[in-house]
Amino acid sequence: MLHDFLIAPFTEFAFMRRALAGSIALAIAGPPLGVFLILRRLALTGDAVGHAILPGAALGYLASGLSLGPMTIGGLVAGLIVAVGSGVVARTTILREDASLAAFYLISLALGVTIVSLRGSNIDLLHVLFGSVLALDDATLILLAAIASVTLAALAALYRPLVLETVDAGFLASVSRSGGVVQIAFLALVVLNLVGGFQALGTLLAVGMMMLPAASAMLITDDMTLMLAAAAAQGMLAGYAGLVISFHAGLPSGPLIILVAGIHYLLALIFGPAGGLLRRLKPGRHLEA
Amino acid sequence: MDIAIRFSDLTLGYDRHPAVHHLDGEVESGALLAICGPNGAGKSTLLKGIAGTLAPLAGTIALPRVKPSDIAYLPQAADIDKGFPIKVFDVVAMGLWKRCGLFGGISRNETAKIREAIAAVGLDGFETRPIGTLSGGQLQRMLFARLLMQNAALILLDEPFTAIDSKTVADLLALVARWHEERRTVLVVSHDLDLVREYFPQTLLLAREAIARGKTDAVLTPENLLKARSMIEAFDRDAHSCARAA
Repeated sequence: MLHDFLIAPFTEFAFMRRALAGSIALAIAGPPLGVFLILRRLALTGDAVGHAILPGAALGYLASGLSLGPMTIGGLVAGLIVAVGSGVVARTTILREDASLAAFYLISLALGVTIVSLRGSNIDLLHVLFGSVLALDDATLILLAAIASVTLAALAALYRPLVLETVDAGFLASVSRSGGVVQIAFLALVVLNLVGGFQALGTLLAVGMMMLPAASAMLITDDMTLMLAAAAAQGMLAGYAGLVISFHAGLPSGPLIILVAGIHYLLALIFGPAGGLLRRLKPGRHLEA
Repeated sequence: MDIAIRFSDLTLGYDRHPAVHHLDGEVESGALLAICGPNGAGKSTLLKGIAGTLAPLAGTIALPRVKPSDIAYLPQAADIDKGFPIKVFDVVAMGLWKRCGLFGGISRNETAKIREAIAAVGLDGFETRPIGTLSGGQLQRMLFARLLMQNAALILLDEPFTAIDSKTVADLLALVARWHEERRTVLVVSHDLDLVREYFPQTLLLAREAIARGKTDAVLTPENLLKARSMIEAFDRDAHSCARAA
């Protein structure tokens, strides 16, 4: 009975297995990046860049229909332009980074929707916006796995300077010239993962997979290492649970994955031992010292 | 006498406006030098220039005996993100960056040294505390422990004693004295003249240009201080480009 509910969907249907593999690949790499985005106070950057991917992917789509290569490359280019471009605008004009990001991504999103509607139907637009985790082909799965591997390796290599750059950028600047490189490499990783998530979950939900598990992980622990692990674990759990529920309830799987991650977040918000609401309201008796 | 730092016609500033103007001079190796002057005199700017985080507008800063990696620089009110979930031990361990870099591990010996440094600044038992829970004085003590780990030949401290209680100041000054005994070159920006008179043998009085330098008592005279104050003109948006010969 339990087996039928929890495991059978995956043993019986190949598309469910593929969806699960894809979600796990997304969840291993994305949420740890989300933790860094939040710690660097860039939570909305993920959102903005996620939307900014659209026109690039749409151009790829316009050129060759719903195919992986052109849409991925288009998305990467558009994402990098917005991420780097708004950084440059912030440094060279009076606009701060949040303002320039907002401007860039709004233009980007409008451009993207316009391009998609030039050719194709509302169904295509829905595919681009909400993805198709149940229709992952081999090429997409390999892309997701490759992105996850590259991200984990790069994050391991960047970990020290990235932490340093976040805690005390001035100190890193005084001992090493790597600050700027680290910043750009990190943004590039974010774009890469959003493009990957975009294939499976669509632009709107790719960011959710990155930020929601990260936000709840921060409410669960105040230890950096555990936080990264908890974020990835929650991402994977949300991927699995979202797929199971969507399978049995006959609901779209991408949004359900994000909804499960959202439920985790709400639970962490209330019960989280590191700063959840209950902890705030009932902290227990004060300590001796 | 060995020269640690040599300024040649040095101009440092922001957006073409000079903050340090045509500075010449030398700092000896092993000197314990206070840098004094009114607000806006260019003290912090000078340290940034020496640390290499600000490029000169004109002139040069030569460090004949010191590699850039041998400089430890503690900026004014260090721009630390106290919300980051990192522990005191890990921040102090950052001081080992020069040796460890991206991947180098921390040996047992170095772990012991980090604990010693934390104890030396009076933060024994705070190793696993998140930095967000530290007071201002404790944070400054932690940063001094990180300076200890950096084991630098040239140490630059920008207003390290502001907004800190007298006990902490005394403890941190003891560390500065220890560095001086170890023949490290230490430059400290401070506008607490009493403290400078008591603890610093040499002083550079700065007001964009050097007003006086040398033995502290000879530098911090009422005449020099008055002169320094009158040298600071208002920021002039329409200043002409400086025609003084190099």
